[in-house]
Amino acid sequence: MRSSPKQLPRSDAATAALLLAVDPHGLGGAILSGMPGLVRDRWLERFRALLPASAPWRKIPVNVGEDRLLGGLDFASTLASGRPVFASGLLETSDGGVVLLSMAERASLSVAAIIGGVLERGELRIERDGTARTAPSRFSVIALDESLDDEAGIADGLAERLAFRLRLADLDPGELSLDGWRATHIVAARKNLESVCVADGVVERLCQTAAQFGIGSARGELFALRAARAAAALLGHKVVGDDEAAIGARLVLPQRATCLPPDDAQDDEATQAPPESDKSGERRDSPDIPDDVLVDAVRAALPDGLLAMLQQQGGRRRSSAGGRAGPRAVSRRRGRPVGVRPAESLAGARLNVLATLKAAVPWQPLRGRSIDAGDVALRLRKEDLRVTRFEDSQEATTVFVVDASGSQAARRLAEVKGAIELLLNDCYVRRDQVALIAFRGAEAEVLLSPTRALARAKRSLAALPGGGGTPLASGLDTARELAESIAHHGRVPAIVLMTDGRANIARDGKADIRRAEDDALNAARELNVEGFRSLLVDTARRPKPRARAIADAMGAHYVPLPQADAATLSATVQAHTA
Amino acid sequence: MFPFSAIVGQDDMKRALLIAAVDPAVGGVLLFGDRGTGKSTAVRALASLLPKMRAVVGCAYACSPDSDYCEAAHCGVPRRDGKRKDKLYPVPVVDLPLGVTEDRVVGALDIEKALVHGEKSFEPGLLARANRGFLYIDEVNLLEDHIVDLLLDVAASGENLVEREGLSVRHPARFVLVGSGNPEEGELRPQLLDRFGLAVEVSTPTDVAERVEVIKRRDVYESDPAAFAKKWSRKDGALRRKIVRARDALASIEVSDAMLGKAAEICIALATDGSRGELTLIRAARAIAAFNGDDAVTRSHLEQVAHLALGHRLRRNPLDESSAGARVERVLESVLGG
Repeated sequence: MRSSPKQLPRSDAATAALLLAVDPHGLGGAILSGMPGLVRDRWLERFRALLPASAPWRKIPVNVGEDRLLGGLDFASTLASGRPVFASGLLETSDGGVVLLSMAERASLSVAAIIGGVLERGELRIERDGTARTAPSRFSVIALDESLDDEAGIADGLAERLAFRLRLADLDPGELSLDGWRATHIVAARKNLESVCVADGVVERLCQTAAQFGIGSARGELFALRAARAAAALLGHKVVGDDEAAIGARLVLPQRATCLPPDDAQDDEATQAPPESDKSGERRDSPDIPDDVLVDAVRAALPDGLLAMLQQQGGRRRSSAGGRAGPRAVSRRRGRPVGVRPAESLAGARLNVLATLKAAVPWQPLRGRSIDAGDVALRLRKEDLRVTRFEDSQEATTVFVVDASGSQAARRLAEVKGAIELLLNDCYVRRDQVALIAFRGAEAEVLLSPTRALARAKRSLAALPGGGGTPLASGLDTARELAESIAHHGRVPAIVLMTDGRANIARDGKADIRRAEDDALNAARELNVEGFRSLLVDTARRPKPRARAIADAMGAHYVPLPQADAATLSATVQAHTA
Repeated sequence: MFPFSAIVGQDDMKRALLIAAVDPAVGGVLLFGDRGTGKSTAVRALASLLPKMRAVVGCAYACSPDSDYCEAAHCGVPRRDGKRKDKLYPVPVVDLPLGVTEDRVVGALDIEKALVHGEKSFEPGLLARANRGFLYIDEVNLLEDHIVDLLLDVAASGENLVEREGLSVRHPARFVLVGSGNPEEGELRPQLLDRFGLAVEVSTPTDVAERVEVIKRRDVYESDPAAFAKKWSRKDGALRRKIVRARDALASIEVSDAMLGKAAEICIALATDGSRGELTLIRAARAIAAFNGDDAVTRSHLEQVAHLALGHRLRRNPLDESSAGARVERVLESVLGG
């Protein structure tokens, strides 16, 4: 065996592959974000080559059913053999190997939760189809995340249990070189792993670093520590010191950051009022600034996009819910099938023939069916009937687009805010998500990404200042982009635009009334092409044809605010967005 | 299993679980909040903390030797000289895994026996196994609606009724429902929320020293679980004895009219619906008094449990920014005085 290289690979993506190969189950796995392509294939290939040849490598399709995932009664074999035959699911056969979840951002919450739960326990508990069993199931998850930057990615419940997140889009295939590391070195490192200890103060510094970056879950530090151990084991070190801890911190913590360390964030927060005053100050009182080694390691590894976002938001980001948040409304016959249930009646439901037959199979001898007597038909009873349950993907997200420009007199803006608050109440009742876009000055801004946290919506609304030019076109463009992203996630966007229809800032940000109005009309038409449900609330004191024209161009229903008392407005919005 | 006494901080969560251990009649515990805060760890740790219970040997429902249920419930354990053999068993803490099918929850005919021998024989499900213990649902907000409905029904009646293939089985299913979840993945249906006696909002510790301790203990535990458990077994043992003493003392804890009055005032001020909240508040206060070795319920006991018993019963105001905990605190201050 050749002796191990003295240093870890230069690229973090390659290092992550090595560490994960050393401690696949302990580190949970990795999210590979980016479109399918050469880099991703190459990484997977390299990673697989580091694992023992016998390790299972199971691909899980995004629309996998619980039957395939967990196992269930094997219909054909049970019928043929006359005794119950249980078919193992994908997770049971993945023990000791890797589970590859493709298009993980589209996986349903329950699939993500099942995989996350098994990952956490290292054990599979099955209680299905008359079978109860427990099986060891220690695997590593590679989640392929193909969501775009601004979209919600993998469900948090799963994402948080995977130590690494690798952004492959930024890499080129040459950067994945393992710099001489091979599978034999991994075998040696696995042996070392158990005896690696942790130097005094390392845990303290990791925790302080995590706190500085606003990382809530303790899994951040735990994974950083595990990654550091794996690094030490690879390098043949007996003790995890600051160097190894820095590797762990750099690979695990950046993607979990929700804010920048206080000294970084101060400049930005001075200029922007911190929106979440209820939490501010909680990190200021940390007794001592940790050694900069770890903080620097994490800061240096923050992806550009995230860094910009953290800076923009006054140094604080709320972690998104990720995935398809919210209770899934289960409708009777639309959407993605999520399972079967016994049917009380078939009214309005879709019969699942296979599941029904399967339910009937075990009871055939009891019901007097005898194959010997040439009795081939299955005897079905009402209690065998099974219907397919569908996940209703028709949940609504209401996007409020608010004109906060100078043409809206201050009092008018207050009325608009009041109207939106009432509408928020309706959204709460309907369990819709809401998003908030405001436009004023040079361009529009997404104040709030889709969320069900209405108290936050209210807060951003209250803090919304008025004044400045009216970049209506930019407001409409932003609304279209956001609505497209919402639709891409299988939700139904509805746009509520509140404006007097006057525009004076063109798409390029220049003040030019003529071009601004043309741009706004064009933007409205583009929005119409997408066919989103929309409503324009004319906030002008005396409604003018301008707003009506915009509404027509975007195919929106038009309501003048002066005529709309609270109740009418809410009824109108409901009628035209739901 | 990570020992209960080794869990760092999270006092509300531990208190709520201990109250349920002392007085199961308090009606279930919901742990809702941030990820990575050890919710599942705490529930699973509770299992090894609970004092053993006496149950009929061979009874599928772990019936108590004093119960008459065994005859009725088809478990077929006969009496000898009017008695049945019994033994001490660990209290069941049954984990309801996601992806569970209905037949395994309520129980069904034994498929093997039906197929191979054409016999009807009842195969008890998870509800039977949870009888007299705890039923734990992780990610409770992701559980399928038809399973949730079924659980609510059984939890309310304490009895499970199964009708299959002409066989009718009725068996006891009294359990403490414990649920955990993360609200970002979906809120809980109000009917389900109301079924939990106590609800805890679990949040990440912000104190760095506390987090360091969390990581260090976890790290030691993971490198050698058995040694870690041994190290904490004495503390777990002390907690267990405290639970036993509290159970014995429970009936004799005095609740004065003055305290009953205060409890009522708190509930009125918070405008909680129905009397369930008030009853739970008093029960929980009594349990914590018993646990602390006190003879009577005092203001301090009410203060310790009010947010757990009432926080989830407040009428929701979607635009009210203050948390349920803060609202309860305000009322406590005005009713009990600062």
